[in-house]
Amino acid sequence: MPSSLLWAVDVYGRVYSLSTAGQQWEHCRDAHLEFKRVTAVQQCCWSIACDHNIYLYVHASEVPIRYQEETYENQRWNPVDGFSDRLLPSDRWQWSDITGLKHQPLGDFQLPSENWEWEADWYIDENFGGEPTEKGGWTYAIDFPATYTKDKKWNSCVRRRRWIRYRRYKAQDTWVKIPSEQTESLPDPFNDITCGGWEITEEPRGCLALWAVSLQGKVWFRCDINHHNPEGSVWEEVPVPGEVVQISCGPGDLVWAVLWEGHLLVREGVGRDCLKGSSWVTVESPSPGVGVVHVAVGVNVVWAVTKDHKVWFRRGVNSHNPCGSGWIGMVGEMVMINVGLSDQVWAIGFEDRAVYFRQGVTASELSGKAWKVVSVPRDSERSHSSASASSLQSAGCFFGGEVRLQSQASMLSDADAETERAGGEVVPTPEIGDAPKPRIPKVTSDSFISELVSDREGQISRRDVPPAGPSIPEEDHPEKELEDRASPAQVLSPSQSGGVDPQWSNVDLEEAQTHLTSGPGGDAAETSSLSSVATYNLALEEPYGLDEPPKWAWVSGGGCLVECHTQLNWFNSSTSTALNSSMQAMSLSITPAQTAAWRKQIFEQLSERSKREMENFMHYEQAIEQSVWVKKGTMQWWRDWKPHKWVDVQFALEQFSGVEGNKDGILFIYYTFNDEKKYLHMFINEVTILVPVLNDSKHTFAIYTAERTKQRWPMRLAAATELEMHDWLALLSVSCCDSRGIQGPPSKQAIWSVTCKGDIFVSEPTKELEASPYPTPCAQMFWRQVGGHLRIIESNSLGVVWGIGYDHTAWVHTGGYGGGFFQGLASSTDNIYTQTDVKSVYIYENQRWNPVTGYTNRGLPTDRYMWSNASGLKECTKNNTKPPSPNWTWVSDWTIDYAVPGGTDREGWQYAADFPASYHGNKTLKDFVRRRRWARKCKLTTTGPWQEVPPIPLSDITILPCGPKSTVEQVSLWAISNKGDILCRLGVTSLTPGGSSWLHVGTDQPFKSISIGAVHQVWAIAKDGSAFYRGSVSAQNPAGDCWYHIPSPTGQKLKQVSVGRTSVYTVDENGNLWYRHGVTPSYPQGSSWEHISNNVRKVSVGPLDQVWVIADKVQGSHSLSCGTVCRRLGVLPMEPKGHSWDYGIGGGWDHITVRGNAMEAPRIVMPSLTDNQTATRPLQTSNQPEMNGNPVGC
Amino acid sequence: MADDKDVLRDVWFGRIPACFTLSPEETTEREAEPYYLLLPRVSYLTLVTDKVKKHFLRVMKAEDSTEMWFEYEGTPLKWHYPIGVLFDLHASNTALPWNVTVHFKNFPEHDLLHCTSNSVIEAHFMSCIKEADALKHKGQVINDMQKKDHKQLWMGLQNDKFDQFWAMNRKLMEYPTDEGGFRYIPFRMYQTMGERPFIQKLFRPVSPEGHTLTLGDLLKELFPAAICAEEHSCDLVATLPRPGTGSQTAGRNSDQAQRVEYGASIDEPKRFQVMIHGIEPLLETPIQWLSEHLSHPDNFLHISIIPAPSD
Repeated sequence: MPSSLLWAVDVYGRVYSLSTAGQQWEHCRDAHLEFKRVTAVQQCCWSIACDHNIYLYVHASEVPIRYQEETYENQRWNPVDGFSDRLLPSDRWQWSDITGLKHQPLGDFQLPSENWEWEADWYIDENFGGEPTEKGGWTYAIDFPATYTKDKKWNSCVRRRRWIRYRRYKAQDTWVKIPSEQTESLPDPFNDITCGGWEITEEPRGCLALWAVSLQGKVWFRCDINHHNPEGSVWEEVPVPGEVVQISCGPGDLVWAVLWEGHLLVREGVGRDCLKGSSWVTVESPSPGVGVVHVAVGVNVVWAVTKDHKVWFRRGVNSHNPCGSGWIGMVGEMVMINVGLSDQVWAIGFEDRAVYFRQGVTASELSGKAWKVVSVPRDSERSHSSASASSLQSAGCFFGGEVRLQSQASMLSDADAETERAGGEVVPTPEIGDAPKPRIPKVTSDSFISELVSDREGQISRRDVPPAGPSIPEEDHPEKELEDRASPAQVLSPSQSGGVDPQWSNVDLEEAQTHLTSGPGGDAAETSSLSSVATYNLALEEPYGLDEPPKWAWVSGGGCLVECHTQLNWFNSSTSTALNSSMQAMSLSITPAQTAAWRKQIFEQLSERSKREMENFMHYEQAIEQSVWVKKGTMQWWRDWKPHKWVDVQFALEQFSGVEGNKDGILFIYYTFNDEKKYLHMFINEVTILVPVLNDSKHTFAIYTAERTKQRWPMRLAAATELEMHDWLALLSVSCCDSRGIQGPPSKQAIWSVTCKGDIFVSEPTKELEASPYPTPCAQMFWRQVGGHLRIIESNSLGVVWGIGYDHTAWVHTGGYGGGFFQGLASSTDNIYTQTDVKSVYIYENQRWNPVTGYTNRGLPTDRYMWSNASGLKECTKNNTKPPSPNWTWVSDWTIDYAVPGGTDREGWQYAADFPASYHGNKTLKDFVRRRRWARKCKLTTTGPWQEVPPIPLSDITILPCGPKSTVEQVSLWAISNKGDILCRLGVTSLTPGGSSWLHVGTDQPFKSISIGAVHQVWAIAKDGSAFYRGSVSAQNPAGDCWYHIPSPTGQKLKQVSVGRTSVYTVDENGNLWYRHGVTPSYPQGSSWEHISNNVRKVSVGPLDQVWVIADKVQGSHSLSCGTVCRRLGVLPMEPKGHSWDYGIGGGWDHITVRGNAMEAPRIVMPSLTDNQTATRPLQTSNQPEMNGNPVGC
Repeated sequence: MADDKDVLRDVWFGRIPACFTLSPEETTEREAEPYYLLLPRVSYLTLVTDKVKKHFLRVMKAEDSTEMWFEYEGTPLKWHYPIGVLFDLHASNTALPWNVTVHFKNFPEHDLLHCTSNSVIEAHFMSCIKEADALKHKGQVINDMQKKDHKQLWMGLQNDKFDQFWAMNRKLMEYPTDEGGFRYIPFRMYQTMGERPFIQKLFRPVSPEGHTLTLGDLLKELFPAAICAEEHSCDLVATLPRPGTGSQTAGRNSDQAQRVEYGASIDEPKRFQVMIHGIEPLLETPIQWLSEHLSHPDNFLHISIIPAPSD
């Protein structure tokens, strides 16, 4: 799991972030400002600084934020000039948008803010609906507006072309000020801010809701924040029935606000079409007479803090009932509280101002179990202390101009701290009898007027007593700190202590101290009289001791992902040990334990010992004779003959040692038939694969042999419990591996495949697998399972293996094996990690129109179920639909899915004339039925030899195929993000398969499939189904230079591409497999597509140009299977297309990669034949040898 | 890359070639041939010597066929120590095969426990496992197991079934990840001659500060002599004269060394070998890892401390 950040502001206004993987607060160095509030989401962090401006911090991403501007150039033909920009008066503008209604010449496009930059100049888009156009990019039509074609016809009177230009957001990893647009006479600065709403809609991408509260209690909503417009556009005021002091907005549609009087407002009507919501409802404070001062909401929770610091949890809150049903008092006294991702809760304690984490918050127990204090040190206590001095000094300076000065100050004092450290001892200051304690500024909740007033009084009255200058906490030098505490007059002021002399004199310090008390103190008073806010008051209570942990003012967990299996190192660690252990953790991760000297020593000594003690004595008799070991159990067996049904059987595995010490076994199934006891048996060394088949009613698994693979009829067995099934599977799997002498991690050459359930299988290829002309039939391949859950897997022969989960998370193989239910011996221990995956389950709500009531859920008797699956054949209601298997748990509620192919109306409905038909998003007169899709997310947690590659979610991936002895330093790895961006991974080697960073490769449209060949030929398929070839990619130029548009096979939209050594194969959306003709080194784009086969779902072309596919509708002797692994037979260097198919394991297979298998087949050399003869050899000659190892022309 | 699992296999399949000769004190009807056998390091002498017994009983009078016991260079071999421990303790650095003398008469009642049947070994083995689990998991894991699971552990050892044994034993090797190891490490530290047969103490795998403790840390606490000598002169050739080869002398030697140790100087040569399964792990090896991988089937880490050879 990638680390994410918890953000917090300390009482000095300094912003820190704490990584879920980290053990210390990292100071946000970029911030030269002090901040009041932060509100974080995963991609950015919004804040209010002490200058009352709003700032935005967008995390840098390897995929830039870029936006495509487009405009159309329109021309009309006239007999004199031909096509020219002279249009008819009735025509559209010469430069217009796509509709022609809006005039938009190139020069009118402006950057939205100074944080954007143009990527390049305008250029013409030569791609037209997936088809390449002629030079110039013109598309022709009879007249405006009409259907445009790429070909010019005799009647083409008008033409237009599209110009595009990209702009890029450049202000990343830095705080940028969001310009305030207030024009009113009285300043009404912002006072609270909250960001959320990202779960409400996926369209537009990255859409966020940002709410803010001003000092006067007004509520504002920031419009149009999304991925392509991170800053949003304008503030819109949202009317409120009172003065709001604080507001909180969850990831979903919950928005709650606190009123000045202590009541709460709940926003209703927040939804996909209206992020702002429509109205407010009032909710009373949990305890009468004691108002609420703070509220925090998540997806399904609301937490509140009342004036007496009590914490409350709101029961029964969800998006249908945003108000919830009642309050529950919780333990703990807090000043503020924040709800982050997956409803995790953070708070700041009232007594100690420490950050607390609510432990044990789960979907089933949203209120959690206990508060746990986050006790980690800050990255540099030293710089903190020095800066705190400067922030104290500037504590009262809220507005504008001071910003620059403050930053100077903090820099200066940083430097001072350094000098001072170098300077060593500080001159001891004389003790003063009644030494006032040093102070820390105290943050009050802004709504807390009464407290504020008392605080201010305290502050004013303080001036009369001997002024207490805040000391500089010296955490590094305890003795010195004690001295500091004893001397109230010691104040570090930038102006005073900026000198080179590290020794301070009392005189200087006294001057500094007067400066401090007169300056900012006055400012503070002024500010608080101006407005009701007092961010930092120098309060009288709460002495700031030496060993005290940092004091926090604000925390935001909106970007911090903590799950039940997340290991947090945040608790119970004192400064030194935390650092030590973090060092330890680091050293462990840098030098994996495997490479430790002690381990090496043990391995070496053990093998030495075995040699010494056993080598010369192997002829001795063994003390213990080998015997047979039997494991028995009861199971159910899916009877092989009709009527097929589950019958109870006795199941036994007999294991024994073969002659050469290798282990073998026999499986027995004892059943009763017609009162007669019978049995079936199966030799373990004949088993080719064990496939778990979990469904909600039975824990079953299937056992295949080569014969049963051909029949498409496995032996199916069901265990009583999931645990029992896993025990058996693990044991059988070990037995199978033992009998075949396979152990340890998969080899680099391994062939990987993935089933539609996400289970991962790996097969060790033999040399004979790709032998010609008699390869090992692929039905005989032995597959073993590897833990984890993936949708796609890709490899190459250097052992670089990557996968992509259903939730688009990228994973890299750690080199281990096992995980999942393989425990103990069948699994490596060190490189197994937790893996999670999320997918959606869809059901359909179907309705039919009738003239009386319109659309209702009363269908015709012949109709499908009113709640069904996609086909309509199975009833699937919200209640009876279960997660796909017991491994999956629901993690969301049912929601309407608007992202359905074909589009939907505003309520998610799709219309059609009748069931089943093609659906469209808008209702027409001919439509009598409609349906809408509901989605519910479920999640699986397992383990496997996979490590996450954050942060970019991917949809496809390809790794450079290499020869068996190839020594490529940098392995080219290309990927497509789930948004269609093309990425190139840098730093991938066989030792660092995860690589280091992504390089974004600019494209004009989103992509969906990509493949790289052995000599860096990169092919990609765009989302519109067109193919592209990337020019000039090489080891030196890993990203290449430009895209060449390759026309698709006529009338087909391509879906997937795979490039081997030289061969290029694609699959289209109708399941056709195409081979690219005419590919030569000088013309790598090739010339035409040749149809090879239909019923193909996916293709993988290997480094030997071997062609493997996942095929549908493969007929076996007993049954038909979809999703079957097939290999193309007869593929030879001169015959890259092969001639027929060989059928392997299936069905239910989804993906295969043979790109690691560079094992050349052993060749039969017949010297009488020459190369020429080989080249002209007809197809399917059986005994002819393969002479030419290299494909022609490469 | 070698895998930790391979260590388990290497440990389990460790064999010591042994040559059993009948003691000359025994009266035989005809001359007894020596008997050669590969003994599993992790098993127990009396469990794997049925063949030896059969072999020698053929040449003996039936009335002399009392309980068989073993002796090596004058030391009676305790059957209730794993074979590997006996070998490391008494016979490492000697020529192979291991010459074990077989006795039937004069059972040394003071030195050895009686072992009348395999059920005695089983009881001993299971009590060791239970004790180890008490140290590791307060006994929770072993108590949660069923009778047949206990049987599987024992049968695995008795029949030399690595998979059978480890399929169950892995449960005994689990620990909560956030604790970084077992509660206490079950270990026994042997010396050839000491007042006590072995040292056993409560020792945690992780220090209160959260540091991973190593073999070195364990020795520092329990047998500093071994570690001081090693630290100072790990690559110096041991030069201490070794007066004899018998275990008695070796024992004296170690006593003497222990006395000297407290004033040990930097040039002190290595005087002890710290042996586990016939190998000397580096002192920085984490004790938790050792416990997981180099423990005997009884779940104890048996550490032999023997005088360094003086060659």
